[in-house]
Amino acid sequence: MSALILETRGLSKHFGGLRAVSDISLQVAPREIHAIIGPNGAGKSTMVNLLSGHLRPSSGQVIFNGRDITGLAPNQVSHLGVGRSFQRTNIFPSFSCLENCLLAAQSRMKNSFRFFRRSDSYPLVRERAEQALQACGLSSKGHSTASSMSYGEQRQLEIGMVLATEPSFLLLDEPMAGMGKEESSRVVELLAELSRDYSLVLVEHDMDAVFSIAKTLTVMVNGQMLASGPLERVRNDPAVQEAYLGDGEEQF
Amino acid sequence: MELSTILIQTLNGLQYGLLLFLIASGLTLIFGIMHIINLAHGALYMVGAYLMYWLSGLVDNFFLAILLAVPLAALLGVLIERFLIQALYRREHLDQVLMTFGLIMVIDSLRSIVWGNDVHSVAIPAVLSGSIQLTETLDYPLYRLFISAVCAAIALAMYLVLQRSRLGMIIRGGSSNREMVQCLGIDIRLIYTLVFAAGAALTAFAGMIAAPVSSVYPGMGNQILIIAFVVVVIGGLGSIRGAFLGALLVGLTATWGAVLVPQYAGMAVYVLMAVVLLFKPRGLFA
Amino acid sequence: MHALPRPIQLLLALLLLLMAAYPLFGAMLAGEQHDFFLQQLTSIMILAIVALGLDLLVGVSGMVSLASAAFFGMAGYALVLFAPEYAALSIWIALPLCLGVSALAALLMGVLIIRTSGIFFIMVTIAFSQMLYYLFHDASFAGGSDGAYLFMKPEVAIAGVQLLDLENRTTLFYVVLASLGLLFVLLRTFLRAPFGRVLLGIKENEQRVRAMGFNPLFYKLAAFVIAGTIAGYAGMLSATQYGFVSPGQLSWQMSAHILVMVILGGMGSLFGPILGAFAFEGLHHWFASLTPHWELPMGVVVIAMVLLLPRGIAGLLLQLAQRESSKTTQAPLAGTIKQEAEQ
Repeated sequence: MSALILETRGLSKHFGGLRAVSDISLQVAPREIHAIIGPNGAGKSTMVNLLSGHLRPSSGQVIFNGRDITGLAPNQVSHLGVGRSFQRTNIFPSFSCLENCLLAAQSRMKNSFRFFRRSDSYPLVRERAEQALQACGLSSKGHSTASSMSYGEQRQLEIGMVLATEPSFLLLDEPMAGMGKEESSRVVELLAELSRDYSLVLVEHDMDAVFSIAKTLTVMVNGQMLASGPLERVRNDPAVQEAYLGDGEEQF
Repeated sequence: MELSTILIQTLNGLQYGLLLFLIASGLTLIFGIMHIINLAHGALYMVGAYLMYWLSGLVDNFFLAILLAVPLAALLGVLIERFLIQALYRREHLDQVLMTFGLIMVIDSLRSIVWGNDVHSVAIPAVLSGSIQLTETLDYPLYRLFISAVCAAIALAMYLVLQRSRLGMIIRGGSSNREMVQCLGIDIRLIYTLVFAAGAALTAFAGMIAAPVSSVYPGMGNQILIIAFVVVVIGGLGSIRGAFLGALLVGLTATWGAVLVPQYAGMAVYVLMAVVLLFKPRGLFA
Repeated sequence: MHALPRPIQLLLALLLLLMAAYPLFGAMLAGEQHDFFLQQLTSIMILAIVALGLDLLVGVSGMVSLASAAFFGMAGYALVLFAPEYAALSIWIALPLCLGVSALAALLMGVLIIRTSGIFFIMVTIAFSQMLYYLFHDASFAGGSDGAYLFMKPEVAIAGVQLLDLENRTTLFYVVLASLGLLFVLLRTFLRAPFGRVLLGIKENEQRVRAMGFNPLFYKLAAFVIAGTIAGYAGMLSATQYGFVSPGQLSWQMSAHILVMVILGGMGSLFGPILGAFAFEGLHHWFASLTPHWELPMGVVVIAMVLLLPRGIAGLLLQLAQRESSKTTQAPLAGTIKQEAEQ
């Protein structure tokens, strides 16, 4: 197989008459940040859900590491090494930070039908959870209840939980959504760091952030792919310029 | 088995099914539109039957008694919705289960205080007391045909209201999009009260017209509640069409079950439900 | 699941001690009524066991089941129907039999319904338990609506040497008390272990649990079977205590009573449902002594509880304990309570 880690071929999703995603073919190489951008309603979220198995495509294929994963359930996709974060903060609010990551790390055991030993007494689980907390910059907050933390910290935890599942590939749905300047620059730093170890697909609204870290770019409009390829080339694509970036000031 | 027996049992099954539809449609409407599970729905059926027993003794006229009892049942529905159910709209299903279970206990003991724990009967009105000859060998009680006809007419009317009228549109809109309806300047709370009262009146009405054939007894509400659940589960939660089909299926299964496997008649409809769930885990029309 | 706050640990230990001491001093305190109280306490603790199991579903995993009585009743029937008429059944047969029957019933029911949720799940659990109710109500082999009798209680013996005499009411009291205590500890252990963490996760956010690579259905099914088996164990104890089973024990109203115990006591805490069983039965006896229409005040209590005390007795106690300890240290439970209060 090729050296691609993720590839989609003619991926489409229709909801009744609405073509939310139509005929998207994109390619992601290892250890790069591939960003998917587009205005609201462009089908970015649907795209993420198709890749993570939360939605079943109407047609087309998703190839991950040379394997056809089209139609697999989210838990199966997760076990192949795809770690997904959510646009809306999606954590366990009454758990502490560490407990959130412990549960995520625990998912890598063969199963969790273990009834007697405390979950944090499994050395591998604990180690992974703590590493993940460190990687997302929350080591010092391990025992804070998730719901009591700031919004930005919760977004960091969201990424930490993904890392604790030991993925080889990250699928991040607007990790900077709703963040202030300072908070989002911290996440940009984090992402740049992660891209050294992981391949990464990033769906984002924040243009500055995308242009500063992404290596390749896919632009979606109305469910269709306008352009896809190396950042500079796509940025200078006349169609993109006209349809998207031209009136970008208003939209973003 | 004789042909006339088959015909009679089928007619009985349809009559029971149509009656069940009145009860189940209220349940499924209240769920579909208000997202409320109402365990006290069966208790309202019982209240209907007892109101009938009480009023038909009082005014000595079956139809007048119904005319008086239906508004009373609707009023009871309004009171319950205003004072209890409204507190539940933003609560979990668990709280709805508990509160409406508490309501069953209250209604049941009030019934016991007011009307006692005896079994009563309600006379079939004279006009409807005969039988009519369907074939040469087959007589069928007029009153049962009356029940079927009334229930079928109500089902049709309900269909027309929900599909064709402005009110029906608002109701259907409310079930799919609460905010939208509110934005149109319609008081959704009024709609909810109306729907709940209609559901209460429907199930109580079913209790009233069933009273002469089923008699009037304390446990009748709880028994019918579970059968109505089975109907809604088979039909799919929130679907009126499903409730209609489910009610007929359950009515026929219960009636034929009593004929064919009298030993296990009580279980027949639940086996039907299990089979449906095996193939359609969310019911036929979910 | 965090450690319980100190005052609550003390309270529970005190209650356990009081219960354990009751048979020793009961005759002195209650006189003639001692035997009656002993039986009542035993039967309340049996209900508390069912409530404890139900909390694993309702409070821990977020599944509102109204089928617990079905498994309770089935296990009782299994014991009665399987026991020979004039000899005692060995507990080494009775126990696996009762647990096996209730576990199998829960597994079969669970497989059919575990994919559903919300109101649909509630309705289907009611409907299926009503099906089992009719099975025993209509069947002549089980004595129909009259119920059936167990003439000899199970025999607890090893190699012919009797270890416990279940005919003895005091012995049975201690067996039930020990069972309740051990099950409480066992379930708390489960909640700290990977299995329980997944269940707690499912209750808070099932979608995320799935995204992390778990298949929630297996864990929910396992919880359903465990709760059913616990109810079955209680059913065996109850049939042993009264020597009698009737279809009414499988009714959904009985399940609803258990659910009220769980909520009245405070769901998700495991100790709450135990307190809830005592509170519910206490109120029940008290109201019944005042009026034959005890359901009226009880119904009002249930409605008032939903409106005024959604976190139950346990929630109240935890809040009080919280207020105490927050003066000194910040306990980890603060977030839990706050979170729950917001929901």
